[in-house]
Amino acid sequence: MLFPAIVTQLLHAALLLALAPLLVGVVRWLKARLLGRRGAHPFQPWRDLRKLLRKQPVLAEGASPVTAAAPYVALAATLAAALMVPGFARGMALAPMGDLILIGGLLAVSRFALALAGMDAGTAFGGLGAAREMSFASLAEPAFVLAVMVLAMLAGTTSLDGIGAVLQEGAVGLRVSLGLALLALLAVALAENGRLPVDNPATHLELTMVHEAMLLEASGRHLALWEMQGALRLALWLALLAAVFLPFGTAPAEAGPLGWLLGLAAWALKLGLLAVALAVFETAIAKMRVFRVPEFLGAALLLALLGVVLLFLSTGLA
Amino acid sequence: MTAAPVLLLCLLLLLAAAGAFAGRWPAPFGIAIARLVHGGCAAVSAGFALLAILALATGGMAPVLLPFGPPWAPLSLGLDALSAWFLLLLGLAGLAAGLFALEREVAVPPRRLLPWPLFLAGMALTLLAADAFTLLLGFELMSLASWALVASSPADAEARAAARQYLGFALFAAACLVPAVGLMGGLAGDLSFAGLRAAPPQGWAAVAVLALVLAGAGAKAGLVPLHGWLPLAHPVAPGPVSALLSGVMTKVALYVMARLLLDLGGLGQPLWWGVPLMVMGAASAVLGALRAGQERDTKVLLACSTIEHVGLVTLGLGLAATLRAADLGPLAALAAAAALLHALAHGLFKTLLFLVAAEVQHAAGSRRLDSLGALVHAMPAVALCALVGAAAAAALPPLSGFAGEWLLLQALLGAWRVGELGFQVLVAACTALAALAAALGAAAMLRFWGLAFLGRPRGPRTLGAQDAPPLVRAALAGLAGLAVLIGLLPGPLLMLGAGAIGALSGHPGLPEAAPLSVSPSVQGADYAPLPLAVLLGLLGAGLVWLCRRLSPQPARRGPAWDGGFQAPPPHLPFGDPATQPGADGFAQPLRRMLGGRLLAAHEAVHRPPPGDTAPARLESGFHDPLPGRLLAPLVALRERLSVAAERLRDLSLRRLLMLGFGTLVLLLLLLALLPGGGAR
Repeated sequence: MLFPAIVTQLLHAALLLALAPLLVGVVRWLKARLLGRRGAHPFQPWRDLRKLLRKQPVLAEGASPVTAAAPYVALAATLAAALMVPGFARGMALAPMGDLILIGGLLAVSRFALALAGMDAGTAFGGLGAAREMSFASLAEPAFVLAVMVLAMLAGTTSLDGIGAVLQEGAVGLRVSLGLALLALLAVALAENGRLPVDNPATHLELTMVHEAMLLEASGRHLALWEMQGALRLALWLALLAAVFLPFGTAPAEAGPLGWLLGLAAWALKLGLLAVALAVFETAIAKMRVFRVPEFLGAALLLALLGVVLLFLSTGLA
Repeated sequence: MTAAPVLLLCLLLLLAAAGAFAGRWPAPFGIAIARLVHGGCAAVSAGFALLAILALATGGMAPVLLPFGPPWAPLSLGLDALSAWFLLLLGLAGLAAGLFALEREVAVPPRRLLPWPLFLAGMALTLLAADAFTLLLGFELMSLASWALVASSPADAEARAAARQYLGFALFAAACLVPAVGLMGGLAGDLSFAGLRAAPPQGWAAVAVLALVLAGAGAKAGLVPLHGWLPLAHPVAPGPVSALLSGVMTKVALYVMARLLLDLGGLGQPLWWGVPLMVMGAASAVLGALRAGQERDTKVLLACSTIEHVGLVTLGLGLAATLRAADLGPLAALAAAAALLHALAHGLFKTLLFLVAAEVQHAAGSRRLDSLGALVHAMPAVALCALVGAAAAAALPPLSGFAGEWLLLQALLGAWRVGELGFQVLVAACTALAALAAALGAAAMLRFWGLAFLGRPRGPRTLGAQDAPPLVRAALAGLAGLAVLIGLLPGPLLMLGAGAIGALSGHPGLPEAAPLSVSPSVQGADYAPLPLAVLLGLLGAGLVWLCRRLSPQPARRGPAWDGGFQAPPPHLPFGDPATQPGADGFAQPLRRMLGGRLLAAHEAVHRPPPGDTAPARLESGFHDPLPGRLLAPLVALRERLSVAAERLRDLSLRRLLMLGFGTLVLLLLLLALLPGGGAR
């Protein structure tokens, strides 16, 4: 019982670390293709990481130990959260810790570290990016928690493993609330990952940036850690959406290597699907003005609230 | 053990007497007496903490009657689990504040040495009371002593106005709590807790008790809309005093609320019993957190953050009351556990943050965020402790703030089982507001720590700052350690506090608490902070090791890139101040997004006409509209009353006689109509 749980957990960790930069590369490549460009090779993020690790990091004058410590804290927190999200298998060793609120908390830790790193050198863009990032996060949080409420009401638990298992059984059926929660979570995921329409991940104009603005002073291995953290966060959110809304084919941890292989195929397919969807969505939409974002996230909050209320009504009738 | 509380209270009174005479002695003796008072207060606080732990472990102490007190209301002291839980907070926070004061508050004017032990004694008496009369006595002693402390600070007009408003709200709280206790006691007049618990208020009396206690204890705790005085008065007092005002006194007010509404009057109440608490709590949480992210003064900011956390605790208490009324015992226990844990955690990390603000003011000479910055280089130890406190206040796992908020969210997520649609919608709204408040609080704490300790110096004075002396450092480090410890071990702590949870929820202890984890129910998710911390530590160590191997070069220093900005001219040694976000700049996104309605925020750009060489100006600001709206009718009422009183003076003799006679008849009528009044 314990052995397969640990083996799947280690496999999951290795897969995540290997796949996360690849996923970023695939999305970039797909976007370039959709725009009619050739695009960089999907392995480019891995090559970038290797290059950055070889370079000597430069710290800004006046930067404190926070700049050097923050990337480790952020990456450790994001990695811990990502390890708790079920991937190809369910019932991994860390699954009992994988509660959705805790995952939100761990992502908040990495955001806090990122914002502190942005403020450390005392530059204009770093502080601006930190202020905006924390503001967007404040508005995304209630939508996230209400979406969690829908899932918790349907599954009776906030554990991601439990929610996935209940939804995979299909006893819940197709519900309008589930669709509304999906929309809310998608909006939150876009905002948390700094994707269009909230932030442009490919921009070079400092004034339009949120996430990248905090990394302007990072270099060398620190920048590599931050890049890895961003990639891992994207992988985490896609895996989370897949685990909740596409729960088909996930293998139980005791299924053995053959079952894991099937689960792996299903997981790769799901992540690929979500990556294509993200690329198509991002090519089809323009970036919003910064002060339109509250409306975007407010709409997500309202959708989630509607989902919760519909669920109240249906449980009241049943 | 029964003698210990009495002994400790008497010691505090002796210390107060010693403090009162400090002014009569020449300077060296005065300082020795100040040391004695502060050290004695710290020692007595440590005694309170030990007593509380002992009481929690052994199940408390039965009430003992004191040999003095009025004949109709004998004073009694007791220590049950609920009292002990809050006494633990008082002891730990009082110890830290006493140690801090021993270093920083030695050369104070003697008028501050008398009320300081009395303030502690008042809070302890409120918590140790075993009957409602002693409770009120302690509460009023606490109010008056803390007013003396607020009013004793160096007097400028603002501080005097704050002290006046503080006194006004304290009197208002008393005017609400005394009739509430009278209504609960009824005509039988048995004010002991056992007697009150046996006859919870019913019908209209219950409504009146609920409203009066909410207004009285809520005003003391700083719940919206009665919060106006708190951000004014808490910052005026000296550091350790404002630490205890914010960290502990608001909790004592919450204890009074919980004791009167949930423990003594909570049995057999209807479903709506907790609803006003939930509404006020959620509103306080959001408004406090939003204001904390806007204020420019560190202590005002921390006081506003207190409003937020008090709101979250009140939300948990209200939820526990309603869930208990709906016969959902385990869920009610969960909500009560969330409220208790968060009250303890907030009391300690807020004490830490206020002491940090005081130390920063001492070292860097300012409380304004716009004059601080870069203090992490000058005072690394204080910065580290402050970071732990700020991260706990920002509800980051695995620290103490997150544990309470995790339990609270779990209770909110399960509260839809009550079944009433209206209540369910309220729960959904409260859930969203609690999440919003937590995230806004995190942004506020990030702003506080980032602006004060990171970045470039905003004034030359910050360069001369020095790190804290050992005693202050010990107090700060102890509190930071507690913030970590409570965060890592919520399970054992809540098992220890099972009696307190039972008093609030009617369910004996948390349904699922293990040494390593807590959980809302058997099939619900677990929160296991200690394994989580180990996992985070392992992952972090692994990353450091990996990076050492893959990228061994040491880092180099260079000028900040800053998007390609030019190096500043030599007359600006810290760079161009305009290129670093200040307190207002950092708050701008949230001010624009949420501040318009809630904080009456405004922004205006003034451009000079073409040809004029004056600079363009951007003006922005905000104010909390609620306190003004609350006080304005009162001011108008005072005007009207004084006009009416003037008119009374001009009455003729005949009319004056009629007035006196009419009043007499009215009072007699009242006596005759009151139930049981005619029998005597």
